[in-house]
Amino acid sequence: MMEGDLGLWAIPLAILGGAIRVSTPFLFVSLGELLTERSGRINLGLEGTLVFGAMSGYAVAYLTGSAWTGVLAAAAAGSVFGLVHGVLCSLPRVNDIAIGIALMLLGMGLAFYFGKPFIQPVAPDLPAIPLGWWAESPQVQASLRVNVLFLIGIVAAVALWWMFRATRVGLLIRVVGDSTDAARAMGLRPAVIRTLATAAGGAFAGVGGAYLSLFYPGSWNEGISSGQGLMAVALVIFARWNPIACFWAAILFGGAGALGPALQSVGVSEGYYLFYAAPYVLTLALLIATSSPTRAMTGAPGELSITK
Amino acid sequence: MAITDRDMGAGLRPSLSPDGWLAALARRAEAVVIPLGALLAGLAMFGLFLLTQGKSPAEFYALVYKAGFGTWFSWQNTLSRAAPLLLAALCVALPARLGLVVIGGEGAVVLGGVAAGGLAGAFAGLPGGVGLPLLALAGGLAGAVWIGAVGALRHYRGVNETIASLLMAYIAIALMNHLVEGPLRDPASLNKPSTAPLAEQLRIGDMPGMDVHWGFAVGVLACIAAWVLIDRTTWGFAARIAGGNVRAAQVQGLPVGRLIVGFTALGGACAGLAGMIEVAAVHGSANASLAGGFGYTGILVAFLARHNPLAIIPVAILLAGFEASSGLVQRRMDLPDATVPVLQGFVFVAILASETLYGRFRVFAPERWRAA
Repeated sequence: MMEGDLGLWAIPLAILGGAIRVSTPFLFVSLGELLTERSGRINLGLEGTLVFGAMSGYAVAYLTGSAWTGVLAAAAAGSVFGLVHGVLCSLPRVNDIAIGIALMLLGMGLAFYFGKPFIQPVAPDLPAIPLGWWAESPQVQASLRVNVLFLIGIVAAVALWWMFRATRVGLLIRVVGDSTDAARAMGLRPAVIRTLATAAGGAFAGVGGAYLSLFYPGSWNEGISSGQGLMAVALVIFARWNPIACFWAAILFGGAGALGPALQSVGVSEGYYLFYAAPYVLTLALLIATSSPTRAMTGAPGELSITK
Repeated sequence: MAITDRDMGAGLRPSLSPDGWLAALARRAEAVVIPLGALLAGLAMFGLFLLTQGKSPAEFYALVYKAGFGTWFSWQNTLSRAAPLLLAALCVALPARLGLVVIGGEGAVVLGGVAAGGLAGAFAGLPGGVGLPLLALAGGLAGAVWIGAVGALRHYRGVNETIASLLMAYIAIALMNHLVEGPLRDPASLNKPSTAPLAEQLRIGDMPGMDVHWGFAVGVLACIAAWVLIDRTTWGFAARIAGGNVRAAQVQGLPVGRLIVGFTALGGACAGLAGMIEVAAVHGSANASLAGGFGYTGILVAFLARHNPLAIIPVAILLAGFEASSGLVQRRMDLPDATVPVLQGFVFVAILASETLYGRFRVFAPERWRAA
């Protein structure tokens, strides 16, 4: 028995492996949310986008036989949701938080509506890289099977960090996010830039959803998401709108999410549902610890409605 | 409104003056006409969606009417389903007076139900007249603490209430699953883990002469009470001021913190009561059915009613009718069970987008009639 060999080490190992597996959707959704928020809007609808991305990615992968086509389809679907959010919020007096809530419900409704026929069929999985090939223990190997999307997510985080720091596009988004008036004075059109940023953010969330249905847990059903799209909003605040910090925060959240299954894998089933709540409790605790009633948060885009 | 001398002096069209009865009507009409138009636009968008699916919108809406409002039987079903929506909508509408967007009412519904289901055993020996109010108190208190905490976090720690309330809804559902499958589980509930069934005298019965449980009356009364609170008391007035401008309210010496915690707790109490009513009137014990999405439909109800407690009553009945008809519609038209959520999503988006229309129409602004 391999459990005998690893003993209690199985728990941190399962958490590490789980953190890598569970963190990827967090990473993508939070990068999408970050991109949107840096432009000065908040999209609470990414939870719906994530679920719709999971459904459309799975459905297209099943129909075409290619998991990567599914990922592209999920990104396209996500950007459509982002575009709708962006366009509606460009109308005067339309509240971005409220529209996000509505699109969250609509996205989930549409995903369940169209996803019904795809609950049974089996779609192709995304490929994984066996980084644990050197180990003899199958548990170590299983923990270190890293999906390609995880690596793409790391690259995307670095790329976004570089974009905000060193490129013209990044600068435009930052200006629009920090001051509508300054952006107008520069001759920019804030609504257009925000809409495009929201659409791109939606594409990220869609890919995060596709990871859920195409790799881990790796099937489509109506309970596929456990609020990753919402936690991403808190995660971005915690990461202070920094893409690299987003990556570490995603790993942390992934680890919290892996706690319950990891304990279960070594036979601890007492209070399973309470461990299941760990990511939410962690999110709330971080939110409480990092908020302040008196001052705006450091690093927050000036036009962001939730931090004002 | 009486026609005054000044109105007569305005010439042949007395009612067109900015303070005539027609003007008063026009000012009030905006808040009715625009949401109604948005509702119709949402229904029309969903109709187009059905067309793309090769289904007939006419058949759909005819079935909804028949199953939701067509007969006395369907009305009774609709009104029973409206009860939790009325109360869950108040959980959004009351904090909204202070400018807060609380969308985690689902958590309060769930915990209110669990509190009632868990304590029912302790009250089993009491007569219904004592036990039921105690159960209602337990459910309301659980919800009040849960959502009141969101308000306290908002005011004293600056935590965004929208995200916090939603996270707490997830935590509440996890808590419910833990309690219902663990400490509070009735060993006799095999397939669906539940708390022990409520004693007969602790069940909420039907109102005389109809198949609608008392929860509906409680919901309507709660809406009326909330309206009185908001529109006719100094607290409601203070809340509106604080909702408009927190700093101004603080300068005026208003107890903003107590207002925020009080209104969120009151909203949470309503949602908790909704959970208690679901347990005592419908399920008979607390189980996972409590997380049935009332909290989320309640958000839509409150936004459609523009957070006006009296408007919540017709809106909740309308949406309850949609939900009541979903079973029949699915069977007859071979549609998936997510059809009603899709419909709600379209209506929700339309209603929020319509916010941009306020103040755009001269017909609603008597001051600008003369300029025509």
